[in-house]
Amino acid sequence: MAADMRLPTAGEQISSSSLSLLDGKHLVVPGDVITSDTGFMRGHGTYMDEEKLTASVAGEVERVNKLICVRPLKTRFNGEVGDVVVGRITEVQQKRWKVETNSRLDSVLLLSSVNLPGGELRRRSAEDELSMRDYLQEGDLISAEVQSVFADGALSLHTRSLKYGKLGQGVLVLVSPSLVKRQKTHFHNLPCGASIILGSNGYIWLYPTPGQQDEEAGGYYTSMEPVPLSDREVISRLRNCLLVLAAHKILLYDTSVLYCFESSLSHQIKDILKPEVMDEIVMKTRQRLMEQEG
Amino acid sequence: MAGVELLSDQGYRLDGRKASELRKVQARMGVFAQADGSAYIEQGNTKALAVVYGPHEVRGSRSRTMHDRAVINCQYSMATFSTAERKRRPHGDRKSSEMSLHLKQTFEAAVLTQLYPRSQIDIYVKILQSDGGNYSACVNAATLALVDAGIPMRDYVCACTAGFVEDTPLADLCHAEESGGGTTLALALLPRSRHIALVQMDARLHQDHLDMLMEAAAEACRGLSKVLDGVVRQHLQEVSVLTRD
Repeated sequence: MAADMRLPTAGEQISSSSLSLLDGKHLVVPGDVITSDTGFMRGHGTYMDEEKLTASVAGEVERVNKLICVRPLKTRFNGEVGDVVVGRITEVQQKRWKVETNSRLDSVLLLSSVNLPGGELRRRSAEDELSMRDYLQEGDLISAEVQSVFADGALSLHTRSLKYGKLGQGVLVLVSPSLVKRQKTHFHNLPCGASIILGSNGYIWLYPTPGQQDEEAGGYYTSMEPVPLSDREVISRLRNCLLVLAAHKILLYDTSVLYCFESSLSHQIKDILKPEVMDEIVMKTRQRLMEQEG
Repeated sequence: MAGVELLSDQGYRLDGRKASELRKVQARMGVFAQADGSAYIEQGNTKALAVVYGPHEVRGSRSRTMHDRAVINCQYSMATFSTAERKRRPHGDRKSSEMSLHLKQTFEAAVLTQLYPRSQIDIYVKILQSDGGNYSACVNAATLALVDAGIPMRDYVCACTAGFVEDTPLADLCHAEESGGGTTLALALLPRSRHIALVQMDARLHQDHLDMLMEAAAEACRGLSKVLDGVVRQHLQEVSVLTRD
């Protein structure tokens, strides 16, 4: 019987040369006094302690004119208007759905801000309210856009475009929201044969590239056709690639995902997540990204 | 005192430490990918794991929602294999619920909860191996996990125990010393401002000795805070090097 054996390697220590890259950065931990000068404004991640501006999270100090903020290494998703998100329905309420989007509070999707089947300008009647669960029920995944942010930080979503709506067959990958690069478009049909939705909230949806889109369904039609094996393999490979990139804190966008996919082609899908294979793939990806940037 | 001699004539303790010496502390942040924040700490033979989720929408009973600040929810549990005698149930007994409550009170003093109205922060701590100072190991682990989760805090919370034997305060007791019958004081401190988040003492002590004991515990907490500070800064640098571009 063949057994797969690997030798454990020690975790990589940060070298003094890479530490010098941090010279320009001002890193603080909770309780560190940033400045005792009263001329500055208090931003996120800071608080006033006896007239001294003090950090409340561990991270990097960012200074914009007079405003001082501390950006933590990782947090929950802070949504902004226009962000594309992927979320999961947690509750169906009167005229609204509650959506879990990795945010501090559950987001709201109003019945009036979805496209119902049968055209854009349809009046929402009492029947629509009663049949809300037929469109979206608890546990369903949706893609949506942030419409507005409430005073307490909760997000209001909308799906008023055919590209948003309920998600059918595919794979969800959860990464830190800070790893998703903000771009003009977050929907990509990758040339490797699958599609990806890079939600700004760190929820990433991988799905087989859809064929002919059915406009009448208004985004609530889900295909239950079996997905061919080749597509599933591509999706699984992409999923592992995303995990590799996330583990090495590389920003996720269409190019980085595609380069990582191509660098991983020499390995079997199941081997991608092995630490030494991961290092090799990441190195190749980094190199290609650097070449591309020039 | 009956039984073992906790402090030798030469001033050494059972495990060879001096009276004010701490046990070896090792810690790591970000041990789980799925949680918002996580940390692992070893203080001598006491090992604790802390996981933080949140801030997120209040789950369970919605009546607990606070309109001006976040709710902190703590759960303390001990692995069934953590003590010499196997435990029946890991959490939910009287001792664990009391510990959960203490942890909650400790962190309500340190976390800036008013920044997150209507939400909830979950802190789960588990003792993997118990050798005295369970409360302090939990507090220290949870502090690191909260820092890892990026939840705003006034300062670190550092906790340490101190005991009193033969007119000498002993810092950071191990299990043998804790069960030796002397007084044990657990102190949780915000080291920079020297504010006390929680203090607990479960035996009698002469009033004249209290200040001495508190000072010994506070000194131990400040020592621990230096170690935790080192761990956080190291972690910060490692992650910042990776995400430099």
